[in-house]
Amino acid sequence: MTETLAREPGPDRTNLNDRGLSETQSERQSYLRAGHTLRSWLLTTDHKRIAILYLISVTLFFFIGGAAAALIRLDLLTPQGDLLSNEGYNRAFTLHGVIMVWFFLIPSIPNTFGNFLIPLMIGARDLAFPRLNLLSWYIYLLGGLFTLFVLIGGGVDTGWTFYTPLSSMFANGHVVLVAAAVFIVGFSSILTGLNFIVTVHKLRAPGMTWGRLRLFVWSHYATSLILVLATPVLSITLALMAAERLFGLGIFDPKLGGDPLLFQHLFWFYSHPAVYIMVLPAMGVVSELVAAAARKPVFGYWFVAGSSIAIAVIGFLVWGHHMFVAGQSMYASAVFSFLSLAVAVPSAIKVYNWTATLQKGQIALDPPFFFAMSFIGLFVIGGLTGLILSMLAIDVHVHDTYFVIAHFHYIMVGGTVSAYFGALHFWWPKMVGRTYSFVWGRLSAIFIFFGFNLTFFPQFILGYLGMPRRYHVYDPAFQVFHVLSSAGASILAIAYVMPFAYLLWSMRYGDAAGPNPWGATGLEWTVPSPPPKHNFHTIPVVTEQPYNFPLERKEDG
Amino acid sequence: MADRVDVSEPFQAPAQQREAAMMGMFVFLGTEIMLFGGIFTAIFVARLLHTEQVVEASKRMHVFIGGINTAVLLTSSLAVALAVHSARARKARRSAALLAGAALLGLAFLGLKAFEYWEEYRDGLLPIFSDPPRFSTPAEHLFMNLYFLGTGLHAVHVTIGIVLLTGVAVRLVLNSLRLPDRTVVVEASGLYWHLVDVIWVFLYPALYLAR
Amino acid sequence: MIDQLLPWASQASTHASEVDLLAFTFLLLIALLAAPVFILIVVFAVKYRRGRPADRSDPVNRSIWIETSWAMIPFILTLAFFVWATHLYADLYYPPADALEVDVVAKQWMWKFEHPGGQREINELHVPVNEPVKLIMASQDVIHSLFIPALRIKRDVVPGRYTTMWFTADKPGIYHLTCSQFCGTDHSLMGGRFVVMTKADYTRWLEESGVDQSLVDRGAALFRSKGCSGCHGPSSTVHAPPLEGLFGSPVPLQSGEVVTADERYIRDSILLPHSQVAAGYPDIMPTFQNILDEEQVMELVAYIKSLRTAPRKETR
Repeated sequence: MTETLAREPGPDRTNLNDRGLSETQSERQSYLRAGHTLRSWLLTTDHKRIAILYLISVTLFFFIGGAAAALIRLDLLTPQGDLLSNEGYNRAFTLHGVIMVWFFLIPSIPNTFGNFLIPLMIGARDLAFPRLNLLSWYIYLLGGLFTLFVLIGGGVDTGWTFYTPLSSMFANGHVVLVAAAVFIVGFSSILTGLNFIVTVHKLRAPGMTWGRLRLFVWSHYATSLILVLATPVLSITLALMAAERLFGLGIFDPKLGGDPLLFQHLFWFYSHPAVYIMVLPAMGVVSELVAAAARKPVFGYWFVAGSSIAIAVIGFLVWGHHMFVAGQSMYASAVFSFLSLAVAVPSAIKVYNWTATLQKGQIALDPPFFFAMSFIGLFVIGGLTGLILSMLAIDVHVHDTYFVIAHFHYIMVGGTVSAYFGALHFWWPKMVGRTYSFVWGRLSAIFIFFGFNLTFFPQFILGYLGMPRRYHVYDPAFQVFHVLSSAGASILAIAYVMPFAYLLWSMRYGDAAGPNPWGATGLEWTVPSPPPKHNFHTIPVVTEQPYNFPLERKEDG
Repeated sequence: MADRVDVSEPFQAPAQQREAAMMGMFVFLGTEIMLFGGIFTAIFVARLLHTEQVVEASKRMHVFIGGINTAVLLTSSLAVALAVHSARARKARRSAALLAGAALLGLAFLGLKAFEYWEEYRDGLLPIFSDPPRFSTPAEHLFMNLYFLGTGLHAVHVTIGIVLLTGVAVRLVLNSLRLPDRTVVVEASGLYWHLVDVIWVFLYPALYLAR
Repeated sequence: MIDQLLPWASQASTHASEVDLLAFTFLLLIALLAAPVFILIVVFAVKYRRGRPADRSDPVNRSIWIETSWAMIPFILTLAFFVWATHLYADLYYPPADALEVDVVAKQWMWKFEHPGGQREINELHVPVNEPVKLIMASQDVIHSLFIPALRIKRDVVPGRYTTMWFTADKPGIYHLTCSQFCGTDHSLMGGRFVVMTKADYTRWLEESGVDQSLVDRGAALFRSKGCSGCHGPSSTVHAPPLEGLFGSPVPLQSGEVVTADERYIRDSILLPHSQVAAGYPDIMPTFQNILDEEQVMELVAYIKSLRTAPRKETR
C-alpha cells in the first residue's frame, strides 16, 4: 500500500465509539474508490460493494426472466401458439417463474438495498458477519450458474411449483438440477436473513432504540425472520422431491404409499411466506419514499412497524389457501380462508397510513414519489383481488386461472418491481454520488404504471371467464385480451430498460448529489454520497425519533 | 492493518462481537430445526396415513443399536458441555481433550450407524441399495425411505460436527484459538453439537419407538 | 367475439349465478375500500404539492382510534362475505344422495367419462338438465383438475384417491371443460365440451351411444376374471369378508377403528389391501396395484356397490 494511511490516534479504550479506525485517504473518500481492481470487488467484505455486486447480478437475472416473459407474451399473440411448441412454452414459463421468484424477487430489495442501507440506517460500519455476506453472494452466483446451465441445457417443464408426482415421476428436463439451484440459492437467503437479524439486534448505534429504527429496517427485520424460518422447509421439500425422482424414494408418490398433497403443504408452507419475503421489503421502501417525499413522519409509526411483524407471523398460517380445490377438508379451507382475510389487515393499515402521511405534507413530485404511488395503486389492486381469491366459493372458480396470474403479478411486479425501481431512483444518488434526469425518471415511472396495467388488467377478465393458467393453446375467443396484454408487455419492456440508460449516463455526466439531495432525515443522509468505506467516521449517537422533519405549528403561521 | 484491535470490522467491543456470534449461531440452529421439521412432518403424515404398517415397520428397527447410539450421543454432549466449561475457565488443554473425546464418541456413533445400515441392507430393508428390496408393504418402504433420509441427513450433520469439534480442539492445542478472547468459538461449536444431539433425541422416538 | 365468449361466461347452474352475484357485490365493497386511497393520493398530491401554499398546520401523526377503525371496519365488512362464500363452498361438499354418478378418469392428456349404463366418452361430458350429477374422479398419473367454467366449479383429481364434485346444470347448451392444474406437455389441449341436454335428448344420447356392457357388468366380469371371486365368492373356502351389502355400511378394522365403506375405502382395499384390514380376517389379500388401471378399479367398485341389495351376513 503506497498510499499514506490516515491514522487516527490509537483506540481510546474508555470510549466505546472509538476503536482506532484506520483507513486510507481514498477509503475515507468513498467506498467506490477503495480499490479499483476486480479483486478488490470480488473479495470485498464491504456491505456496500456486495450490494452493488448483488444489484448487477439481480438485475441481470431480471432481464433473463424478462426475456422468458417476452417469449411467452409473443407466443400468446395467437391462439395456436405459433412461436413455440407446447413443450417449449412450458419450459419458458417454468424458467420465467424460477428465475423471477428465486433469482430476482426474493433477493431483489433485501440483498441490494437492504445490504447497502441497513448498516447505514442503524449507524453501523458493516453487517455483523461481513464474510458471510460475501459468501452469500457467491452461493447466489453458484445457484444462478446452475440455473443458466439448465437454461442452456434445454430447461425444465414442471412450473416453478414443482408439483409432485409430475415433477418427481413424469416430467422430463433437468428437474433435479433446477431443484439443486433453488436449494443452493436458499442458503444464500438464509445467510442474508441471519446476518440482518443479528445486525439489527446487536449493531445499532448508541441511542438507536427499536422505536427509532427506520421502517425500512423494521420491514427487513420481518423479512429476515421469514427467510430464516421458511427457507429450510423449502430446501428439505425439494431435497425429498429430488430424492424421489433420482432414487424412486416414494414420499409423495401415491403408488408407493406417499401423499402428493404433502408436497403441496410443505411447498406452500415456504412459498406463501415467500410472497411476503418479496413484498415486505418493498413496503419498507415505500414507507421511506413517502416520508421523504411528503417531508413528514410516516403516519402511525408503530402501526406500520408492527404490521410488518404481523404480516410475517400470520403469513406462516395461510398456506392452505393455495389448496382450496386440492381436496383438503372443508373446515381446513374455512380456517385458511379466514386467516387469509386476517393477513390483509396489516397490509390495509400500511396503505391507509401511507395515504394519511401525505396529508399536510410538502409533497415533492420527484421520480421516487411517482414510483411509490405506482406501488400503492398497484398493490391495492393486487391486494384486494387477493381478498377475492380468499373467498372460498369464488376461489373454486378462479383458482389456477389467469385471475390468479393477474393478482400476483400486481403484487410482485406492480408492487415489488415498482418499489425496486423506486428504491433505485431514491438511493441512486447515495450509491454513486450523482443525480440523474428527473424528467426521464418521472416518464419511466408513468410508462411502467400504464404499461403494467395494460398488460395485466385484461388477465383479470380472462381469468374470470375461465382461461386456465399455463395454457399454450387457447380458445380463439380469448385472443383480443391476449393481444392487449402483449401490447402492454412491450410498453413495459421499454419502460424497464429506460432507467438503466439514464442512470448509467448519470454515473458519468450527472451532477454531484451532495450528502442529502432529497432533504430527507436518517443516518444514511448524514454521510457523504457515496459513503466512505467505513460509513461513519465516528459512530453516531442517536437522540431523536425517525422522520423528525420540522413541522408547521399553528402558532408559527 | 497491524493496528486493528482484536475485534473484527463491524464491532465496537469484544462483548458485542461475542453476543452477535452466539446469536448468529442460535438463528442458524433455528434454520436447522426447520430443515428437520420437514422430515418430521413427513414421518408424522406417513404415520397418520398408514398407522398399522408404520408401527409394524418400526418394530423391525434395531432399537438396541439406536438406544446405544442415543447414549453415545448424550455422553458426547456431556463432554462438550464440560469442554465449554473448561474453556471458560481458560483450561485450553483440558477443553481440547474433552472436545476430542466428544468427536471420538461422534465417530463411534457413525460406526454404529453404519453397522445398522449394513444390517438393514442384509435384511433387504435399506432403500436404494437393497436389491432386491424385501419390504412387506409399500408403507414400510415409505417408512424406511423417511428413516434413511432422516438418519442420513442427521449423519451428515454429525460428520460436520466431528470436523468442527476436531478443528476447534486442534486450534486450542496449537494456541491459535486464544482463550478467553475466543471462548465464543468453543461455545458456538458446542451449541451446534448439542443441536445435532437434540435432533437425534427426537428422531429416535419418532422412528424406533413408534410402535 | 361475444358469441364465442358466451360458452365460457354463461351461468349454467344456480351455483354459478350465486358465485357471480357474490363476486360482483364483493367487487363493489372492494371498490369502496380502494376508492379513498386513489382519490386522496391525487387530491393530496395536488393540494400539498411542495411550494404550493396550503394550510399545513398541526398535522396529525398518529391516532389509535383512526388507525384501529380503518384496520377493523374493512375486516368486519369482509367477514360478512366470508360467511356467504364459505356457505356456498360448503354446499359443494354435500352431493344429494340420488345424484347421477359419472366416473371420471384423468390421464395425460385426456378426460374419460363413464356413465352408469356403461356409455363411455372422451373429452366430452353429456349430462341431463336439472338433475344432480356427481362426478367420481380418479387420476391415472399426475394431478389434474377438472374445471367447468360455466358452472364456476373445479376440483383437483389427485392420483391415489377419489375426489368428487357435484352440480345441477339448469341450462341446456354446449360449454367448455378444461384441465386447470398443470399436468405436462399437452396440458392446454386437455379439454373439451361440456354438454347439458334435456332429459329426452340425454336418454336418446344414452341409447345411441353403443354400449356392449354396463359399468356393473364389466365390473362383474372383472370380478371373475381377475380372481376376486375365488376368495370373495359365496362358495369360497378362503376366509375373506363377504361383499354383499358392504357399500355404505360400517366396517370394524383390526386397528379398532370403524370406517364407512365408501368408494375410497373399497378402492384402497383393492389397491392397498394391507392398509385397512377388516377385523377378524387374515391380512392375506394381494395388492392389485399393478394389475388394474383406474378404469377397471372403478368398474369393480361399481360392481361391489351394486351388491348392496343382497342381505348381508352379520360378521360381528
